[in-house]
Amino acid sequence: MNHLRGIYTIWYRDILRFWHDRMRLLSSITFPLLFLFVFGTGLSTRMGAIGSGFDFTQFIYPGIIGMTVLMSSFMSGVSVVWDREFGFLKEVLVAPISRASVAAGKALGAATIALLQGVIMLILAPLIGIHLSLGTILALLPLMFLLAASLGSMGVLLATRIRSMEAFQATMQMLMFPMVFLSGAFFPIEGLPAWMNVLVKINPATYGVAPIRQVVLGATADSTYNISLLGHTLTIWNEVAIMAAFGAVMIVLAIWSFRYQE
Amino acid sequence: MSEYVIRVEELVKKYGDLVAVDHISFTVRPGEVFGFLGPNGAGKTTTINILCTLTRPTAGRASIADLDVVRQQSQVRRLIGLVFQDPSLDERLNGLQNMRFHGMVYGVPGPVREERIEQLLRMMELWDKRHIQVRNYSGGMKRRLELARGLLHHPRVLFLDEPTLGLDPQTRNRMWEYILELRRQEGTTIFLTTHYMDEAEKADRIGVIDYGKIIAMDTPEKLKRMVGRDIISLKADDADRAVEEIRLRYKIEARRDGDGLNFEVPNGEEFLPVFLKEFNAKILGVSMRHPSLDDVFLKLTGREIREQEVSDTFKELVRQHGRHMRRR
Repeated sequence: MNHLRGIYTIWYRDILRFWHDRMRLLSSITFPLLFLFVFGTGLSTRMGAIGSGFDFTQFIYPGIIGMTVLMSSFMSGVSVVWDREFGFLKEVLVAPISRASVAAGKALGAATIALLQGVIMLILAPLIGIHLSLGTILALLPLMFLLAASLGSMGVLLATRIRSMEAFQATMQMLMFPMVFLSGAFFPIEGLPAWMNVLVKINPATYGVAPIRQVVLGATADSTYNISLLGHTLTIWNEVAIMAAFGAVMIVLAIWSFRYQE
Repeated sequence: MSEYVIRVEELVKKYGDLVAVDHISFTVRPGEVFGFLGPNGAGKTTTINILCTLTRPTAGRASIADLDVVRQQSQVRRLIGLVFQDPSLDERLNGLQNMRFHGMVYGVPGPVREERIEQLLRMMELWDKRHIQVRNYSGGMKRRLELARGLLHHPRVLFLDEPTLGLDPQTRNRMWEYILELRRQEGTTIFLTTHYMDEAEKADRIGVIDYGKIIAMDTPEKLKRMVGRDIISLKADDADRAVEEIRLRYKIEARRDGDGLNFEVPNGEEFLPVFLKEFNAKILGVSMRHPSLDDVFLKLTGREIREQEVSDTFKELVRQHGRHMRRR
């Protein structure tokens, strides 16, 4: 009860802040839009169909949804650093709510905002010739949320250990771009060179992006969208399970780390 | 409920080799205004941070209302309110939202919360500004908002760490009116650190801390008496006759100062009425001055409290920064 109230309050504040700062929403989807329309359109004309008859723009569309959600949730960790710098964290730390609920509330807030941005990306589907049924959208929401919550927790974990804004942003970029590029968001992940294959498979984001693509483009047995791990072709449930396990580890570490920061 | 609301026993806090708090012990009674005085870096803020569960002590014990600040953190946090030395508001939210957040986190039920928020914001003259984002508030408005917020959950103990630093005298007075009113109504205990001596005068008792040790603890009156005697300035019709009479009657050598004269007595308040009644020489004017807390501070620590306000704040910053680096 006490924990729920704490989580809710922390979450509520982050949503409120986001609402005050609605312009951020616009700027945060500029980057994915550029990717989708400039990069996608530019390369589509050079490339043939990928997988079962989708052009390049259509192929990267779910990847870019994944990228949007991942980047937004991961970067939200900066609010913890921000709060520390501006002193507000102190108000939170002397309040009668547990450190665990603060960390969880932060991760949830990050996830909610990222989910919202993912949903905005979904609205673009008709523009690039992809039909999303209501069922598809309902299936995408939990998938996006899972990715967002996991990466949001990772962001909070990082923020509890890194005190300066500059260091946080540098570390963030160092981790975020490899995660995005090696997640299969922009290219099929079959038949890659061995070194890259290993990096893609150990990248947790891979298991967040793949299910989104399988749901958006239709989950066929087409191996282009599927991940094979150690000789097995993973089902969408396997991928979800891996992502959930990663998310669970991250939130536990984030809570633990938050509790033991001075 | 025991006799004391704050109890500190042999408290120690070390940062590496630096001993910030060195075996201090003291108690505070419910409803007391306790002033904590000392040069910057003497251990005031560290002590407050330990009492409000933000920092773990290296050794010793501290409790708020018999609740241990290390083992019963969340119960302690529920009982205390804080106004920090550094701002701790969410500048992106408006005043009302900052208050609501606080009320929610402390579990003040909705209707009570809204009622108190209005009452407090009106008192601090912020009600009309409640929909303005805090980053557009002036320094004084921010402080008032922080004080209003610290009071929202009706804390048993209110910690004020340099609460009026940088405020204009008018705002300081208004804040103090409210704090003292709250104590009268709710019996709130107030734990205060300050650089302003007139503010320290409002304390029932003062503890002076230096180099992590408590070097004096008493009422402001007794502390001042300990340091020096009251100074009486007199203007007499015939100064020479007055000096002569003072010498004969009280065995005190008065000093001529322009057309007036000064002399010191142990307890001016008791001395003065008697003196006025029995003194024969014609008195044109008389005034009495207590030694100030500045004098107390100077005598105890060998330093003037004001002159180091700026430079030591800077030094403290550098030191804390160094600590961060070491801890990483």
